[in-house]
Amino acid sequence: MKQVNRLSGGLVDRDQVLGFTFDGKRYEGHGGDTLASALLANGVRLMGRSFKYHRPRGVMTAGSEEPDALVELRSGGRQEPNTRATVAELFDGMQARSQNRWPSLRHDMMAVNDRLSNFLTAGFYYKTFMWPKAFWEKLYEPTIRHAAGLGRVSGEDDPDVYDKGFLHCDLLIIGAGPAGLSAALTAGRAGARVILADEDFAFGGRLNAEMFEVGGEAGSDWAKAAVAELASMGNVRLMARTTVVGAFDHGVYGAVERVADHVAAPVEGQPRQVFWRITSKRALLCAGATERPIAFANNDRPGIMMASAVRSFANRWAVAAHETVAVFTNNDDGHRTAADLIAKGVRVTAVIDTRADAPAVEGAELFAGAQVIDSRGRLGLESVRIRTAQGFTRDIVCGALAVSGGWNPNVHLTCHQRGRPQWDETLAAFVPGPDLPVGMLVAGAASGVLSTEGALRTGAEGAVAVLADLGIAATAAVPQAEDAPVDLTPFWHVSESKGRAWIDMQNDVTVKDIKLAHQENFVSVEHLKRYTTLGMATDQGKTSNMGGLAVMAELTGKSIPETGTTMFRPPYTPVSFGALAGRAVGKHFHPVRETPSHNWATERGAVFVEVGDWLRAQWFPQPGETHWRQSVDREVLATRRSVGVCDVTTLGKIDVQGADAAEFLNKVYANAFAKLPVGKVRYGLMLREDGIAYDDGTAARFAEDHFVVTTTTANAVLVYRQMEFARQCLWPDLDVQLISTTEAWAQYAVAGPNSRKLLEKIVDPRFDISNEAFPFMACGEVTICGGLRARLFRISFSGELAYEIAVPTRYGDAMIRALMDEGEAFDVVPYGTEALGVMRIEKGHAAGNELNGTTTALNLGMGRMVSKKKDCIGNTLSERAGLNMADALKLVGVKPVDATQAVKAGGHLMAKEGPVDAAHDQGYVTSAAYSPILESSIGLALLKNGAARLGEVMRIANPLEGDDVEVEIVSAHFVDPDGEKLRV
Amino acid sequence: MGRSCVYKLKAMTALGGTKPRVDVFAGVKISENPDRALVSVSARQGHETVCRERARAFLGVDLPAPARAASSEGFGVLWIGPDAWMVEADHTRHELLASEIKTAVADAGSVVEQTDGWCRFEVEGSKVCDLFERLCNVDVQAMLGDAVVRTSIHHVGCYLWCREAGAAFTVMGPRSSAASLHHALIESAGVVSLD
Amino acid sequence: MIIDHPLLGPRDAQEFVYLGDADLINRPDWQAEDAADAFHDYLYLRDNPAGVHRELWYHEQGDRSWLVVTRDTLTHEISKVELARDVARAQGRGR
Repeated sequence: MKQVNRLSGGLVDRDQVLGFTFDGKRYEGHGGDTLASALLANGVRLMGRSFKYHRPRGVMTAGSEEPDALVELRSGGRQEPNTRATVAELFDGMQARSQNRWPSLRHDMMAVNDRLSNFLTAGFYYKTFMWPKAFWEKLYEPTIRHAAGLGRVSGEDDPDVYDKGFLHCDLLIIGAGPAGLSAALTAGRAGARVILADEDFAFGGRLNAEMFEVGGEAGSDWAKAAVAELASMGNVRLMARTTVVGAFDHGVYGAVERVADHVAAPVEGQPRQVFWRITSKRALLCAGATERPIAFANNDRPGIMMASAVRSFANRWAVAAHETVAVFTNNDDGHRTAADLIAKGVRVTAVIDTRADAPAVEGAELFAGAQVIDSRGRLGLESVRIRTAQGFTRDIVCGALAVSGGWNPNVHLTCHQRGRPQWDETLAAFVPGPDLPVGMLVAGAASGVLSTEGALRTGAEGAVAVLADLGIAATAAVPQAEDAPVDLTPFWHVSESKGRAWIDMQNDVTVKDIKLAHQENFVSVEHLKRYTTLGMATDQGKTSNMGGLAVMAELTGKSIPETGTTMFRPPYTPVSFGALAGRAVGKHFHPVRETPSHNWATERGAVFVEVGDWLRAQWFPQPGETHWRQSVDREVLATRRSVGVCDVTTLGKIDVQGADAAEFLNKVYANAFAKLPVGKVRYGLMLREDGIAYDDGTAARFAEDHFVVTTTTANAVLVYRQMEFARQCLWPDLDVQLISTTEAWAQYAVAGPNSRKLLEKIVDPRFDISNEAFPFMACGEVTICGGLRARLFRISFSGELAYEIAVPTRYGDAMIRALMDEGEAFDVVPYGTEALGVMRIEKGHAAGNELNGTTTALNLGMGRMVSKKKDCIGNTLSERAGLNMADALKLVGVKPVDATQAVKAGGHLMAKEGPVDAAHDQGYVTSAAYSPILESSIGLALLKNGAARLGEVMRIANPLEGDDVEVEIVSAHFVDPDGEKLRV
Repeated sequence: MGRSCVYKLKAMTALGGTKPRVDVFAGVKISENPDRALVSVSARQGHETVCRERARAFLGVDLPAPARAASSEGFGVLWIGPDAWMVEADHTRHELLASEIKTAVADAGSVVEQTDGWCRFEVEGSKVCDLFERLCNVDVQAMLGDAVVRTSIHHVGCYLWCREAGAAFTVMGPRSSAASLHHALIESAGVVSLD
Repeated sequence: MIIDHPLLGPRDAQEFVYLGDADLINRPDWQAEDAADAFHDYLYLRDNPAGVHRELWYHEQGDRSWLVVTRDTLTHEISKVELARDVARAQGRGR
């Protein structure tokens, strides 16, 4: 297969022949090609359709700034839309498809939009889809969604893994062109820890695209030698295919490494991309510059390209953009393209230079002081029409037009920390301003130094300067290279153009759109951007923003710097969601915490629920049980009848020690702990400083100076943090030490009338756990099963006679098995969090649903617990009048009058007769459950002045679900209100 | 009262096995280590010097400075916070390490058993730094022997203890997240072993 | 951001939990005449300046120290980092 436009030379590997398809048609390219260079080599100029008008488009640039040549790569789960053909490294078997066309790229039905262009102008959406209002959701939005957009995703799961990582260095060098390589050599030789990152797969930047010599050898050879030297240094990390996408605070940078984008699929286990977070002491931005176009009528035809890109394709990839090329330029750089092409034997039909004093050209006709005013060619450029300095029009035959409007330094990363670029008159471009991100310096073209020698020099000097800050001595050694001055006359767009002149290719914004925005008074650059969508496409306007600003400046009569730029924000180029997610996908989205009985519970077929990161057994289905309620009811009844066991390891456990431990607890809990005897446990309620209940748990006193407190599962981390705050910031001189022991102990609740009998078979005989010796709320250290250390607490959440027993976690699995074996005699059951919840509602214990961030101790029926005799967090503000009104909400129980009806949490209490609306709201149901003991649905509720309303019949309104249930207000303690069971 | 519990309870490793797990990759070996007893020691206010002296007498080594670890014949010690350390020793010989240390420091320190609060992996091999740079925001290449940092690995708070620069690390993480932590370690080990 | 921990050196801000104005250290006297008003101001009237701000950060994924970080909220420049316990003592807090 013939690559019709392939030239000689270049940096491609001709021994490597790579087959690929574009829109199903087979082509061949070489190793080192990009999809764009390979397509051009095969004479393919038409690569896509534009976003709005579906205009035929080809490739415009040779780099990551590409706005037009966007393709879909691969298929199935790996299908990736909007890939820039200019950065897609060719691999054997690559399947690429054009986008945004139907039925084919050559015959696109939606091209009718182009005829409607008078209608589809700036602000089109805002003006058109205003009325009728109801049409938006049903008609406009779906229609627009169908018509707009570029590529498609397959909707299948991405089969690849993505990774993240963290790197640290003295000096991060962003960009490996002449400046970056020179800086890296300087810093690497000085022994600094260097990271050199470049988005390209080949280091060298423009050295690979130009014919300049460096130090007497070809620029690309110099780059190759530099890379070889750097690769030999242990202190230098070379990161090719790595785009630094953002500059963050304090020297932190984000970078995406495309590990396996250049192959059909990663090898097993290899990530496709890695998102690196780089912490640098200093950074040197050597990101180069981007050439900008000149707008003229119909300047978007396939074949109209940047002059530097035409040169890159010829020199680096040995590809002629077409057999006949013309050049349109306002500066000397355009002439280089002509010269390089002519040297390679490509026919250059004309050099059109806007400058009247343009330098002479050898081997092509020069039109000085001329402009390109139009172009022809339906699916690819055939000719351009020019107006000569003398005012004649003339048509020039060319299949490619190389356009150069000057260079814009890539200042993007210098602006990620609020910095603003500043205007440079000589370059007619923005260069980095004075407010750079901390630790950053800029060198080479990115700093506005556009010659090769200048890049090499500023790179080396930049490295010397930043390393000096770090106390590392380095010496700059700069080879001889080209050092031509910039000679440019600003020229942004051809004003006499009759047709549409494109500014933003990707979002189809024309000069006319900017004029319209101006006419409608959207003159601020930020308004201009959003009104016309200039620069808002995936290329973020890298080739278009300056042109848009220049046109607006012209219209408003202001200078470009007065007009200003929009903000540059990360990412520099698009980042895939996969790279951002890394490995945190699917069931590895967040870490999981397993309880000590996890394996055992899994064997028992437990159904698990996530509580924070914890996986807790929710219930344990038995054979024949088909509904969760059957399992839960059985677990509740069996526990209340005999004995049940529940893993409560997840409750936070904090060890509190020190001479002032009791005093400290007095301050962090609302109730008093100073007088709690050793060997006893007390319930504790924690308030926020605003007087709202925060968390509850127990504190067990193991010694005068030693407590173990528990927190709820959900709040363990927050309570610990709050206790450290109290210890370090509020009462720094209290002698108290804290440490979490949540995971060190496997803790099981053993509840039910036979719980003591079961524990007596486990706890070693020398420990007397009779009711007399170990009464309700006792705690102590014991041994079990012949000597294993354990902690025993006689506390109850279920309302039954109950204990919690803790053993070192490694024995947790054996412990649950022992409890089940020994409990067989009592028909012991394991119970899960559902049964636990049912029993605590039956008992009227407040939990997370009641401690919901709005309730006070008073609301929860614990008002008297708040000690007025001591200072504690929250007690002063808990006395605020507003929290202590006579009709304050109080915790009550609710029970349906008709036992077949169900109470639901979230329903609101209303008077039995009367309106159901917010004005008549009396309170709300916080928790609800079916009580198998009472054989009725029950609930806990917060009711205005509830304590005084027991016996009242009210209704629970749940308008969302259309429920309306009559209930009786009862005590929250449905089961054993006097607590007799606890004390036997 | 029938007391029939006569069998010895069997211990399980953090990963839920009866034997510690070992995973070997090209350049990295990851071994679960259940054989170290752990105890935290915090100096009581006003008794910092006494606590240090008593601890040194018992451990045979000075309590280390921030971000450092130290070892003696039978013990290792890690700094974990201001005036707080973690002591480790062989589990079989020192299952009751907490009481041993409490006896040693007495009222000059608060002592808490931490053994089973943690899972522990020994990670060694030529690729350890490559492994950890994918897991935590720590400059592992710059860590020298006995440097210790607390960091987050896949959202799990861990201690990372450099045993030998560039070659061997101990990772300790909360025991309940052992499976998640181990998963993160072997996933990254798989990646770095490809290079 | 990077916070230069007084004991541990530069650490990534992701290891920390942010609380807010360091004035939260100055918890009012519960027995004062105007305790209710003072607590109200303490809790609800905290500064949130655009500029230099002293604020509390907690090294949760680290050594569990509370720190007072002096940070410019506009530039994120951190000019001082202290152990909150030292600050609290210096401001007269004790038992």
